[in-house]
Amino acid sequence: MGHFFSYIVEPGFFSSQPVRTAFIVGTVVAITSGVVGVLTVIRGQSFAGHSLADVATTGGAGAFLIGVSQFWGFLIAGVAAAAIMEAIGVQRRRGRDVATGVVLGAALGLAALFLYLGTQTTSTTGASFTILFGSMFVISPDTVPALIASGVIALAVIAVLSRVLLLTSLSPEIAAARGVSVRAVGAAYLATLAVAVTLSAVAIGAVLSTALLIGPAATALRLTRSPGRAMAVAAAIGTATTWIGILLAYDSFDWPPKQHGWPVSFFVVALVLIAYLLSYVRRTRRRPASSAELTDTTQEGTPACSPV
Amino acid sequence: MFTGLMLNTWIAASIVAVIAGVTGFFAVVRGQTFAAHAIPNGAFAGAAGAGLLGLNVIWGLAVFAVAGALSIGTFGRKARQDVVTALSLVLMLGIGALFVSFSTEYANVTYSLLFGEVFGVSQNVLLPIAGLGIVAIVLIAVLYRPLLLASAMPEVADAGGVSTRWMELCYLLVMALAASMTVPVVGALLMFVLMIGPSAAARSFAKRPGRAIALAVAIALVTVWIGIIASYHTNWPLGFFVGVISAGFFLVGSGWTAVRRRWFGRRPASVLAAAL
Repeated sequence: MGHFFSYIVEPGFFSSQPVRTAFIVGTVVAITSGVVGVLTVIRGQSFAGHSLADVATTGGAGAFLIGVSQFWGFLIAGVAAAAIMEAIGVQRRRGRDVATGVVLGAALGLAALFLYLGTQTTSTTGASFTILFGSMFVISPDTVPALIASGVIALAVIAVLSRVLLLTSLSPEIAAARGVSVRAVGAAYLATLAVAVTLSAVAIGAVLSTALLIGPAATALRLTRSPGRAMAVAAAIGTATTWIGILLAYDSFDWPPKQHGWPVSFFVVALVLIAYLLSYVRRTRRRPASSAELTDTTQEGTPACSPV
Repeated sequence: MFTGLMLNTWIAASIVAVIAGVTGFFAVVRGQTFAAHAIPNGAFAGAAGAGLLGLNVIWGLAVFAVAGALSIGTFGRKARQDVVTALSLVLMLGIGALFVSFSTEYANVTYSLLFGEVFGVSQNVLLPIAGLGIVAIVLIAVLYRPLLLASAMPEVADAGGVSTRWMELCYLLVMALAASMTVPVVGALLMFVLMIGPSAAARSFAKRPGRAIALAVAIALVTVWIGIIASYHTNWPLGFFVGVISAGFFLVGSGWTAVRRRWFGRRPASVLAAAL
């Protein structure tokens, strides 16, 4: 048994500093992404969530160019992009997606410029790959406190606004009738999304960021209809997939091709997808309980979250 | 500026602009901006895989683009489409990250596939691009009426016996075809930007769909042409100029819509615009 255990968990796994940092950051990111992701899926803003991660990489490339900490570049670009999307976005969903797309296109253009200028001044050609795909094992321990702080801020905003946010997401008309400013709540949410996505993009790359934001939340919303419970389930699924992903990536140093680990992003994405597909298996076996949790907020008895 | 390799660049970029204008109009009308981003971007993973196996890049791109289109088209019916699109995209990109990590020298190619390498277009890729481009445009032309109906007024289309489901799948496959041939030339970013920006701007100026498509093609052409000239003189990447110029066109279009609404108090007149 001990032999078997050491086969799964390679010797030196828990004493490695990069692994410990990866675990801490991965957990913070998974929990924040899970909670924010549930609202993102309910509001149908997956594209905005993905775009903000991509846009944040523009800030990362810019920060790389002028030589400041990437975290601040990611954060400033993410929040600025959220503000621009909100400013030019119209209320209808299709118009909103187009506005998101235009901001994303312009920001990626800027990223191309920054990366080009970056490769002109320094000769680091792998920068574009690192910025886009990230690597959990190269997070500098110095940025960990800032990462945790921004995660806590995002969670606090969601906790304060959660009822209003759900109300404006599910029935904007009722929210407006009650005197809630739907637009202001939407802007606050988008800013929170920007912080959460930035946090994960800088830690684990833009690719993984979308996976952790959407995958666990969509899975959780298939398993439970109460948004609060879905947030908890999403955070748990996210954390579990991240942990197993890190473990497998660490183990993969012994897999072919030799002495070259497989990327964490691949494992986490694969596990998130497996969890999502498993939720389909469960759904076909057992019909979900009817929604009672949200009827007090929606008043109409409309389904709390339409099936995802 | 118009000699040798530069001439290839002008031709290739112009072909791409025409295709992007035509296919992008429907992406904007259908609200499938995310798919327009996900299919070219995810296809890049296929290029990395083909490079690993030593195949021609275009095969890898085609396989991944078509797989992405099929998964968005089929699963997007059962669940929310934006969720399915996001998950398809991250799956493809995750596989791409794995492929890229296997061959260390491939990391540099990442940049050119994402942001394009339009100033190194060789003569022998022009013919395949033009051929596939004509196929994509002919497909759109054949599907034009039912596709437009299914995009603008899905309920009416369903009632009139047009299968919105098949139209969606066909359209996504055309997009995949367009993406797999344009990505190796201009990069995933440029294709996405040229599909969305010009079409969104064109819809602010022209209300009739036919005219809007023509205008979208014209704006896309002007965007890449200005971009090529600026890029030629400054040596900055083309993706930067195209991204910024097309965002500029979009802003001018939105401004025009707002001004017209305030001064003339007129809502968009056509049935198509009203349905959106």
